[in-house]
Amino acid sequence: MVRSMIILAQVGGSTLETLLTKLLDGMALGAIYTLMALGFVIIYKSTQVLTFAHGSVAAVGAYLVAYFVTIINWPGRYLTSLPVTLSFVISAIVGVAAAAVVGIVIERMFIRPMVGQPLFSIVMITLGIDIILRTLLGDFVGQGSQLDIGAPWGIFSVTKINGVIIPHSYVATIVAAAAAVIVLALFFRSRTGTAMRASAFDQEAAMAQGISAGRIFALAWAIGAALAAVGGIFGSVPPRGFGVNQTTPFFALRAFPAIIIGGLDSIIGAVVGGFTIGIAEVMAGHYLSQFTDTLGIGFNNIVPYLVMMGFLLVKPYGLFGTKEIRRV
Amino acid sequence: MRGRPNLYTSYEDEQKILPTVTQRVTMGAFLLATVTVPFSVVPGLRFLGTPGWLQILNVMLVFLVAALGLNILIGFAGQVSLGHAFFMAVGAYTAAVLAGSPTQALWGLELPLWFALPIAGLAAAAVGIVVAPTAVRVRGLYLAIVTLGLVFIGAHIFRNWNQVTGVPELGRDWGPLQLALWDIDGPALRFDKDGDWFGVFVSAEGKTFLFMLVVAVGFVVLSKNLARSRLGRSFAAIRDRDIAAEVMGVSEVKAKTQAFAISSFYAGVGGALYATVVGALQPEIWNLFLSVEFVAIILIGGAGTTAGVVLGAIFVQTLPRIVENTTAFLEVQVETQGWFAPIADLIIRTDGADLGIVSTVNNGPGLSVAQANGLLFGLFIVLFLIFEPLGLYGVWLRIRNYWKGWPFTY
Repeated sequence: MVRSMIILAQVGGSTLETLLTKLLDGMALGAIYTLMALGFVIIYKSTQVLTFAHGSVAAVGAYLVAYFVTIINWPGRYLTSLPVTLSFVISAIVGVAAAAVVGIVIERMFIRPMVGQPLFSIVMITLGIDIILRTLLGDFVGQGSQLDIGAPWGIFSVTKINGVIIPHSYVATIVAAAAAVIVLALFFRSRTGTAMRASAFDQEAAMAQGISAGRIFALAWAIGAALAAVGGIFGSVPPRGFGVNQTTPFFALRAFPAIIIGGLDSIIGAVVGGFTIGIAEVMAGHYLSQFTDTLGIGFNNIVPYLVMMGFLLVKPYGLFGTKEIRRV
Repeated sequence: MRGRPNLYTSYEDEQKILPTVTQRVTMGAFLLATVTVPFSVVPGLRFLGTPGWLQILNVMLVFLVAALGLNILIGFAGQVSLGHAFFMAVGAYTAAVLAGSPTQALWGLELPLWFALPIAGLAAAAVGIVVAPTAVRVRGLYLAIVTLGLVFIGAHIFRNWNQVTGVPELGRDWGPLQLALWDIDGPALRFDKDGDWFGVFVSAEGKTFLFMLVVAVGFVVLSKNLARSRLGRSFAAIRDRDIAAEVMGVSEVKAKTQAFAISSFYAGVGGALYATVVGALQPEIWNLFLSVEFVAIILIGGAGTTAGVVLGAIFVQTLPRIVENTTAFLEVQVETQGWFAPIADLIIRTDGADLGIVSTVNNGPGLSVAQANGLLFGLFIVLFLIFEPLGLYGVWLRIRNYWKGWPFTY
């Protein structure tokens, strides 16, 4: 484990190799941000709510996956000799589904009663939910827990091709994000997906066609929470993170710049913004490391926000976002 | 005209902060009771005079000052900000550099408090003015995210600028809470040491409390006056409909900049005072959670109302202590098999075996007291927003209106 960490920290000989290694790193991080940002955008598009509870939902989802892996692999309990891949797939499905249920519960219990209330109040409710979930998470996880999801790709295993270091975990992250995007694209072509798009476009007209707005709300929260959970898993798997802990929710907070850059209500924007932020963060972390004395330790962590600030001044509604039309 | 509380014959009468005799008498009694808190005079409130409670009250007053500032921004001007912790930190570190003592690794000028405190507020206000144009360009939720970004960027700066903020996770020393004309060796008034005032013994916490009380009352009056001035009305106009306000001649840029500046001034002073009350502060405390705590004070108290902010600050700051005391009480009940033992058994768990939500055993299963507190904190935000959007102020309005017409329903 330690040796592979050193391999990861080592940067290849030539500049191109370094660049490609870091590009992959950035894309993997961008994939996590994309997953988070997609959840934000789907919830925002369907319900006009920007959720601050996304990070803790992601962490809860990742925790649930880890929990199911643990109870499946409990020595001599249910299935002692389950292959790693199978146990991972089962618990990933169950865990992500459980996260979706958490999303539906949040929507039903806290967001539904607030329909028609000022937007600010609803957003602040999600902040309250975030505090609740984070506290519960802190209780369940405890200090410094390890997420052992029995990753079938091998947590620290890497492949070297021509000096470019390819951690399998990063490849899995990118593949998962790509799969999520494809599944979403297919979903939006289905009957339910079309209903969802119709509802986001014009809720009253959609209701007149017999589409239940309440169901769409719940579905949006379920999808958002599930995506967050997937992001949470890959955010807490080494070498990206070290288990579900109190910092896992911050992935969602760092995904905020992604949706700002892409535009709050654009799915494509979430993907573009997510990868932009991820790559920018990793590249800044590597290429600006010689300026650490001036910029300070951990400068790469605030790069997303700096990019966002600059972007907002130029394009306040993001690359693909709908401009707010104000009428007198 | 007497006995008809809602009849006003002049504009001045209607604009009065305390229009009726009852309100004036109640407020006077409340202030009197508050001033005598350190001396433990009023029966029933004597426990507040103990150093532990006085410390809580001091932090509460500091939070009140900063929360009033956020209320001006969110409640009056309608600009959603999560960056209040950042502005507080700006004020706190300005005060620390101005009033703190220098060491090899730290900057400090050892200037007196009366000079450092307003400058801290002004420095924060200056930063607020710099940020304000963003609020004109982006609005609503976008602004919330921008101010969120501000907190994270600020946290990075504070973690790394060690000449100002001290060592990470340790913090630095702060200027003493004393009023001296200029020479710090012979202060005219000391608030950080026990001593006699006019022959009456006052503890250090008590002195700090009185100082904080004066500052807080000043800021409350200021905020109350702001709400009914031309400036406050322009904020409300921008909040309710910015285009309509512009049509009526209220400049959006100007009003938002003023709102940010005033709010940040409050935050700066609050931050500087927070540092002096609590002592050394880690650079890490100026985080999102602190901002959320202030938003919670406003939401639980009632956004846009000064009285609500006071109630909110009291509520949020006493909640941890109430949870702590209740847990301790229930624990005793379980141990001695008192009247409440059956209920207490359900709520707390005293060992690993029995069921209960809150655990009193260290690192045992179940929530710790701090976690129970966090849980309640989040729950209160959610519940207040769902059931009483006007917050504690709304609760008070309901109670008042009920008794106004009693025994008739309306």
